[in-house]
Amino acid sequence: MNFIDEFRDKESILALKKLIKKEVKSPINIMEICGGHTHSIMKYALPSILPKEINFIHGPGCPVCVMPRERIDTAIKLASMSNSIFCTLGDLLRVPGSENSLLDLRAKGADVRALYTPLEVLEIAKQNPSKNIIFFAIGFETTTPMSALLLEKVIEQNLKNAFFHINHISVPEPIEAIMSDENVKINAFLGPSHVSVITGCGIYVPLAAKFKTPIAVSGFEPVDILESVLNIVRQINENKSQVFNQYKRAVSEKGNVKAQNLVKKYFEKCDFEFRGLGLIKNGGLRLKDEFSAFDASKKFDCAVQSKNESKACICGQILRGLAKPYDCKVFGKACTPKSPIGSCMVSGEGACAAYYKYSKVNA
Amino acid sequence: MCLSIPSEILEIDEFNNALVQTLGVKRKVNLDLIDEPLTKGDYVLIHVGVAMEKIDKEAALESIKTYQEIVEKMNSGEIKENEGDLGLNEFHR
Repeated sequence: MNFIDEFRDKESILALKKLIKKEVKSPINIMEICGGHTHSIMKYALPSILPKEINFIHGPGCPVCVMPRERIDTAIKLASMSNSIFCTLGDLLRVPGSENSLLDLRAKGADVRALYTPLEVLEIAKQNPSKNIIFFAIGFETTTPMSALLLEKVIEQNLKNAFFHINHISVPEPIEAIMSDENVKINAFLGPSHVSVITGCGIYVPLAAKFKTPIAVSGFEPVDILESVLNIVRQINENKSQVFNQYKRAVSEKGNVKAQNLVKKYFEKCDFEFRGLGLIKNGGLRLKDEFSAFDASKKFDCAVQSKNESKACICGQILRGLAKPYDCKVFGKACTPKSPIGSCMVSGEGACAAYYKYSKVNA
Repeated sequence: MCLSIPSEILEIDEFNNALVQTLGVKRKVNLDLIDEPLTKGDYVLIHVGVAMEKIDKEAALESIKTYQEIVEKMNSGEIKENEGDLGLNEFHR
């Protein structure tokens, strides 16, 4: 058993598919919050094997996609400073800012590095004591503990030249914002896999109760997603709106408490401008004041003038579940993974990138 | 960024780092976010080079047992597809 093959088993997929088809009674719009789920859904062509009543709507769970241009511009400004080494996770290199991307900047000679893990910052800081090492910290609840762990080690090791450009965000608040939009018709959610590993599945209970939507916290594999869909179908048939933990092998009710405590130690809630969703109260995190010595936004001049997003790109509507990638005029034409206009195409986790990669649009 | 596959622990060093194997690929990961004891042969989920959680083998086996039961029902003809779907797949704006 490797915990992968068993959850990609053809017979199980077929059996679950038949059960869903047998039991579904009405159209159900299911929003998958996480970009990883979007990719699995497209990779395994689940919309084509499921009955037509099951409609997947792609949510805002790709941290690169919901990053407003202003924060990318700030990153580019920080990376442009002489004497800085700018460290990021791979996906962010190609995201277009108002004028250029981090990759363009690197091509012109800036020291911009893509990391495998944030913890590489420690070694880079030690090896370059005269440089300012800036870590571009982004991500939902899954990634925030890794930034907190890095800061813990920076403090432990008394490193004075490591700084953080913090852009961490949270899942429940944007979901609440989406559900408060009367144009959105969502009947159920696939709860994110790895966010829930950290937070526990308990955080969705208030959302399920408030909006009367079943939420199935699901693993990434096709059998996981189908079992979650089956549970949603059954809950809707029985007029229930509960949180179902399908991903018990990795998710508990309380989550990873050690990781949560580390996040609480260094971060506090703040408002965050989500691309496509607008300003969301308490949707983001910032470093607590006592750690402002490590906050790049306090240490360096981060003021930027950002241009508006391209009018042709409908990423904003896609992120709110009001449109699908193929509804966009530039999708697959002017906007492709090689020359992306919008962030949903840039990021490997974006809905547009998933559609481009796995659907026949580019065939 | 988020798609992580269960990785098997091959060895753990004195700095709480592990050598893990993911679908045949070996890499080093940090174990500082895991509170419970880990040993060789355990499976963990990795995110950006840090282990997030140990995989609960019992829970996985329980899931697999459920699927096997459904497959058996299907093979014995207990589950039949209802061919009539409602033909509604438009997103209601």
